[in-house]
Amino acid sequence: MGDLVRAVFAIAGKDLRVEVRSRTALVSALAFAALVLVIFNFARDAGSVSREALAPSVLWITFTFSGMIALNRSFALERENAALDGLLLAPVSRSALFLGKYLANLAFVFTVEAVTLPLFVLFFGADLSGVVSGIVLTAVLATAGFVAVGTLFSAIAVRTRFAELMLPLLVLPFLIPPVIGAVQVTARLLAGRPMSEILGWLKILALYDLVFVTVCLLLFPALMDE
Amino acid sequence: MTPEAERARVVVRRGLALVAIGLLALGAVFVVALRFTPIERFQGLPQKIFYVHVPAAWCALLAFTVVGIASILYLWLRDARLDLFAESAASAGLVFSTVMLTTGPLWGKPIWGTWWTWDARLTFTLFLFFLFLGYRALRGALHDPGERARYSAVVGILGMVLVPFVHLTVYLFPTVHPQPIVLKPSSPSLPWEMLRTLLLSLTAYTVLLIGFVTTRYGLGRGAEARGELDAG
Repeated sequence: MGDLVRAVFAIAGKDLRVEVRSRTALVSALAFAALVLVIFNFARDAGSVSREALAPSVLWITFTFSGMIALNRSFALERENAALDGLLLAPVSRSALFLGKYLANLAFVFTVEAVTLPLFVLFFGADLSGVVSGIVLTAVLATAGFVAVGTLFSAIAVRTRFAELMLPLLVLPFLIPPVIGAVQVTARLLAGRPMSEILGWLKILALYDLVFVTVCLLLFPALMDE
Repeated sequence: MTPEAERARVVVRRGLALVAIGLLALGAVFVVALRFTPIERFQGLPQKIFYVHVPAAWCALLAFTVVGIASILYLWLRDARLDLFAESAASAGLVFSTVMLTTGPLWGKPIWGTWWTWDARLTFTLFLFFLFLGYRALRGALHDPGERARYSAVVGILGMVLVPFVHLTVYLFPTVHPQPIVLKPSSPSLPWEMLRTLLLSLTAYTVLLIGFVTTRYGLGRGAEARGELDAG
């Protein structure tokens, strides 16, 4: 068990170190998220659709689309110089490899979300006072599931001829349950609805995370045996 | 002709025979639905689409489940035939979800007053359709047969796991879709004549589904026997 944890953190640490030293992907993902927010503001008819009405959807489109950029990079990184072969030769289990990649991707996507949220408040005038913890919890629950599926699909897509196109095609259907749940919760939180209306959706998000993290963990080794 | 190719030919013939039976039965469904089944009081004639729409949805879901199960078995047994079977089911599933997605709006226009609405069940079946498409696109983008089989099996299994979430969200999202009337906890609330037509149609569609999958599977085996398999 100790070995597994050490291996997981070693792999996640490696990915994050690459990221911190180059910073290209993180900066691009943040710029992308900011641009999506700006475009959304102009992609609505200001006279008939208020910023507030659109706010929950904008937040989640921005989160998930910039998350996808992050996922694309996860295994593309290992493609160069056949780094993946080196990883597979290392004496760590395939599960540790998946969990390490997953943790690094989670850290990446959470960072993007943490920076996007204040920008969102600024651009869309959303009043988050009193619901920040609720929004953060929702973000964590909704993100944890789709990043697991995305990490797995990233390993698949990187082997295809048009990885940038294949990943969204595969991941988007899986984004629907978390996005619907997260938007429902966010809209109710912003409207100050009682906790009882939210709890059910949060449970679905948590169940989604539990199921997909487990299934992805079980399926990942099948992708890696050569 | 090698024995392998001969066997594949037999499979294709059986598949085509099943397709012929299914098409005949489907013809019978049209006659029974239009001539011998009472007209629904509130919806009138458009309700007849129910008899071709619901079985298509059933077959699409069934095909999806088959893809998932064949994918699990493939990862376990690593038999290339299971991969071919999953691919055949996915292709047939794509056909049936197309039928489901075209008959739905045809019914929606007179009854709901709109071709398309972002009703939860509609949206999710659309996404199942996209999942089938993604599965097919992935197969087309991978060349090594072993890799293609493993990767698409993983996608097939994940797709099957997604289906229960589809159903879960259906019941929680505000919807205008008719609630289940046959498969629900209490007994079916459909008059016998209508239920009979529906069951007949379900049978015809299921036979067609089996026929399509068998034919495609046989064709794949034949191509494999001739050593030219590059099934997309």
